Parts: sequence; structure tokens; C-alpha cells
Amino acid sequence: MSSKSNAKAYWKENIRYVLILMAIWFAVSYGAGILFKDALNEIRMGGFKLGFWFAQQGSMYVFVILIFVYVRLMNKLDKKYGYDE
Amino acid sequence: MTNSILLVESIDVQTWTYILVGITFTLYIGIAIWSRAGSTKEFYVAGGGVSPLANGMATAADWMSAASFISMAGIISFAGYDGAVYLMGWTGGYVLLALLLAPYLRKFGKFTVPDFIGDRYYSNTARFVGVICALLVSFTYVAGQMRGVGLVFSRFLEVDINTGVIIGMLIVLFYAVLGGMKGITYTQVAQYCVLIFAFMVPAIFISIQMTGNPIPQLGFGSELADGSGTYLLDKLDGLSTDLGFAEYTEGSKSLIDVFAITLALMVGTAGLPHVIVRFFTVKRVKDARKSAGIALLLIVILYTTAPAVSVFARTNMIETVSNQPYANVPEWFKKWETTKLITFTDKNNDGLIQYVADKSKNELVVDNDIMVLANPEIAKLPNWVIALVAAGALAAALSTAAGLLLVISASVSHDLIKKMINPKISEKGELIAARLSAVIAVCVAGYFGINPPGFVAATVALAFGLAAASFFPAIILGIFYKKMNKEGAIAGMVVGIVAMLLYMIKYKLGWFDDVVPDKSEWWFGISPEGFGTVAMVLNFIVSITIMKFTPDPPQDVQEIVENIRIPSGAGEATH
Repeated sequence: MSSKSNAKAYWKENIRYVLILMAIWFAVSYGAGILFKDALNEIRMGGFKLGFWFAQQGSMYVFVILIFVYVRLMNKLDKKYGYDE
Repeated sequence: MTNSILLVESIDVQTWTYILVGITFTLYIGIAIWSRAGSTKEFYVAGGGVSPLANGMATAADWMSAASFISMAGIISFAGYDGAVYLMGWTGGYVLLALLLAPYLRKFGKFTVPDFIGDRYYSNTARFVGVICALLVSFTYVAGQMRGVGLVFSRFLEVDINTGVIIGMLIVLFYAVLGGMKGITYTQVAQYCVLIFAFMVPAIFISIQMTGNPIPQLGFGSELADGSGTYLLDKLDGLSTDLGFAEYTEGSKSLIDVFAITLALMVGTAGLPHVIVRFFTVKRVKDARKSAGIALLLIVILYTTAPAVSVFARTNMIETVSNQPYANVPEWFKKWETTKLITFTDKNNDGLIQYVADKSKNELVVDNDIMVLANPEIAKLPNWVIALVAAGALAAALSTAAGLLLVISASVSHDLIKKMINPKISEKGELIAARLSAVIAVCVAGYFGINPPGFVAATVALAFGLAAASFFPAIILGIFYKKMNKEGAIAGMVVGIVAMLLYMIKYKLGWFDDVVPDKSEWWFGISPEGFGTVAMVLNFIVSITIMKFTPDPPQDVQEIVENIRIPSGAGEATH
């Protein structure tokens, strides 16, 4: 594989990861925490209404996890395409 | 043993504050002397060899300002569910940073954000627009920090608020001017430790007191410790509706506004120059990704605790003062009354404190900032914990102020002087220019801290809107859209930031009509805080449209874009 097509393939996989992770990012914050908050508030988790919990707790935990998942995925991808250093 | 406990208990809050603030300030100054900068590279990006962990801690301290530490929990305790806009907005931006910006900007390897804008868009006009945006965003932000420093000094050390601002200025001046980015980075690491400890200790104490659960994040979803079997949040919902407020867990902002504010804050976070520049200080691209993750983890520790503190503080406050005789109020109430952050007017002359939603009957006005600062006193925690909050608030305000001052000084000495006015300036000359601009920036910030124009408080939140409307689209398009050219980017930034400024002046400051127009006149029902989202969309549309009608960027620029997408060979940050 030439270095140019190698770079292209790497970029394509990277974009795919980013799109999937951003979809989750959107779903937990804007979805669960805002748009569907009222429906989720019908469900309770201890003292928390679920929509409220997502807005003030859950989405933030998911954000942290998303970044570390991306770090892992990209470290692997860097190795696969020989860009690791 | 008993003697020493008695001794600890007999020391009053003010002495404790002097001790703790004295120790932390000595620590910051010590670090600054140890890590002073010898070259422009050390001054701008700490030499580019900061470890991901240290950079993560520094980013977290840089990011968490007086607003996060002092005001946020208070704002949430009055806003209830609506407070989520700040929680999600100020953390979700890190996902954007880690996935969309930090790795590529690190690979690009420059010193400042306007540097990226100027080089990627092969134009000094673009660079100049970038400098203006960076200065606008940073100055509105830093004035609020100096005010926070003054506030803490005046309340806890009982000095004049202006003296407090000046003491804060001198400290920041010392380590920012001497150490540059290198000094700031390592003081911020220390400041993170101080501020997170100071925030968590009272929160844990109060969580145990109220719910028996030592983890505040779980505590505010638990049952009350009084054995009644009622959940804390249900109790607070009940108390709120009894007094005529909206249910705490429901909130009162419109859906579209919550959506717009959250997005504006997220995108604004990712576009703030003092946050972005932190990712120039690590060694490799993979370190930039990792340190974004570490930074967010460290930030989220505070941000998930804050809403718990809000619930504890609000419940405590309502129970302590609502319908109680004014003559019997606790000591903290009187103390905060002298700072005018609590005001009580007995409208119906019954000697009781009526705290209700109906403005014509409400007799008590409580400033947002008190909820964190007075919370330990309200919960009757030991004196050293109360003093610790002061040290933590100072750490939060100073670390952010220093980060912003560095952006201001680098924009002037590097982007304006070195890149535009006098490219032949020597390394030594540039370093002197950087230090001089830092001194001037501190003085200007101090001036605004002492004489805050009425609009400072209003504009701090709007700094995010300005960043969202200007930098974020220009950087994203610069990385992900190879064909984006200078005409498009410049037009987009100008239109975005002007739209944001106009909307803010009309609907937040009311300068056009001499009054602030009513909410019903907002475009699409979106508040000035949320308008950054609209201005950002506008920026994207204008950029892409103009680009379609203007020439492609030169071949070498397109190659640069291809190059920044590959993580290896980041090398060192260069001129």
C-alpha cells in the first residue's frame, strides 16, 4: 500500500470511530438528558428520576468513558497503520 | 491528644484561612521559582514535554474557574434541573476536544490558536481576526476571575475587596510573568489538588450528615438519614412546590433553550483558546488524546459533586431560614448580610423570614455564590473546613486567570508582534515582549476586577458564545474540510462573532433600546446564552457558501491538512 492510500484508509476508519462515538455523545446528553427527559423521568433509580439523573450525572460519566474508548481505539489504529510512536 | 483537638477547635475561621491561604500561596510561588521559563518555547508551551497526567491536571485547574468552584453549585441550586445546561455543557465540550480538535492541533505544532488560524488559512488577516477573537474572549473571562479573588479575600480575610484583587494580581503576576506556561502548568497541578480537596471535603461531610452516604454523587439520590424513609430529592421537590417554586427536578426553561445553551457551552468550551493551548504542551499526538481524557475525568469529579452540593445546600437553607424568626438567625446569616450577598426585608413586619417564589411577598434574596462559600457554615462543619473552601476558591480563580493571561500575552507577543509587526524580533526580544504583555494584561484585568463594568458578570457566560461563534467552526473546517479557504473562514468568523455580539448587546445588555427586551422577543425562544449555537451555525453556513465562490486553497496548504491527520512525527512545537 502506498503511503497516500494508507493515510486515506487510516482517516476513513478514524472518521467512522468519531461518528459512532459522537452519536453516543448526542444520545446521552441531548437525547436522554434533554429531549426524552420527561419520558425517562417516569422511571426511577433510587431517589433519582432517570431523565434528571442523565442530565446531572449520567451523561458526564458517559463522556469520560467515550474519550478513553477513543484513546484505546486510536492507539490500536495507530499501530495497525504504522503511525505509532 | 485531647489537648491538640481542643487546640484545633479553638482556632477561629480567620486564623485558619490565613494559615491555609499562606501555605498554598507559598507553594505556588515556590513552584514558580523552580520552573521559570528560559525560552519562548518554555514560555508559550512549557517546552512541549509535559506528561499527559500533569497536563490533564493543569487543564482541569485551568478550566475550573471561580465560576465552577464558587458559583456553579449555587446557580444549580436555584435552577434545579435547568442547571444541567452547565453540567453537560461544560463537560461535553471535552469530547469534542478529544475527538475533533486536540490531536490535530497538537500535530500542527504551533504556539497559539490564532497561529493555527493564520497558517491554515495562509493569511495574516485571518490571523488578525483570530487575535481579536482571542483577546475578546479572554478579557471578558479574566475580569470575572479577578472579581472572584477579591470576593474571597474580602469575606474570609476581611480585607477590602480591592486590596484582595491587588493581592491576587501580584501573585498571578509573579508566577505567570516569571514562569510563563511552564510555571503556570506546574502551579496548576498544585492548584488542582488544593481545589478538588477543598471542594470534596465539605461535600462528603454534608453528604454523611444528611443521608449517611459518604459519596455525594450517590448521597443526593438516597434516603434522608433522619429515618423518615423519604428520598432527599422528593423532599426538596416538596419543599420547593410548597414555597411556590417549580419542582426541583423539573426546571422551568424551554426545551429549545436548554438545548441551545448546552450546545453553545459545549462548542464554546472546545473553542476556548486557553483550553486548546494546553494541548500544545504535550509531547505526542496520542498524549493529547489521553490528557483530554484525564482532564475530563478530573473535572467530572467536581462536576458530578456540584449538583449534589446544590441539593444539600438548598434543602439545608430552606429548612434553616424559611419561616424562622429573623431574631434567631444563625451567625453565618449575619456575616453574609454584611457582604450584601444575603438581604432580608421584612415586608409584612411579622419578624419571620418568608422565602417564596412570589416576588412581591418574598423577603429574602440570596446570592448564588453563597451556596458553596457558606455551605460548610450552614452545615456547622469545623472551622478548618470553612477555611479550606477559601483556599480552594482562590486556587480555582488564580489558575484560570493565569491561563487566560498567558493566552493574552502570547496573542500579543507572538501573533501580533512576532508574526505580523516585527518578524525579525530576536528570541530574547520576543520573550521580553511576552513578559511585558503579561504585565499589562494583569493590570488591565485587575482594573476590571476593581471597577467591574456592569456587563462583566453578564459577559463571562457569553465568552462561550463568542468562542463557539468564532473559533470552533474555523478550526473544525480547517481540519475536516481540506478545501476550506481563507475567504470562507474569515467571512464565517466575522459574521459569527458580530452576530453574537449584536444579539448579546440587544437582548442581554439592552443598549439598543435602553431596556433589556422581554424574553418573548428572543429569536426562536433562544436566550443570549444559547445564541452561540445559532451564531455557530451561521458561521458554518457563511464559510461554506463563500468558499464555493472563491478559489481553492493553495496545494501546499492542502498538503498540510493531509499531514495533520496523521498522528506520527508531531515533533516539537515550532515557530
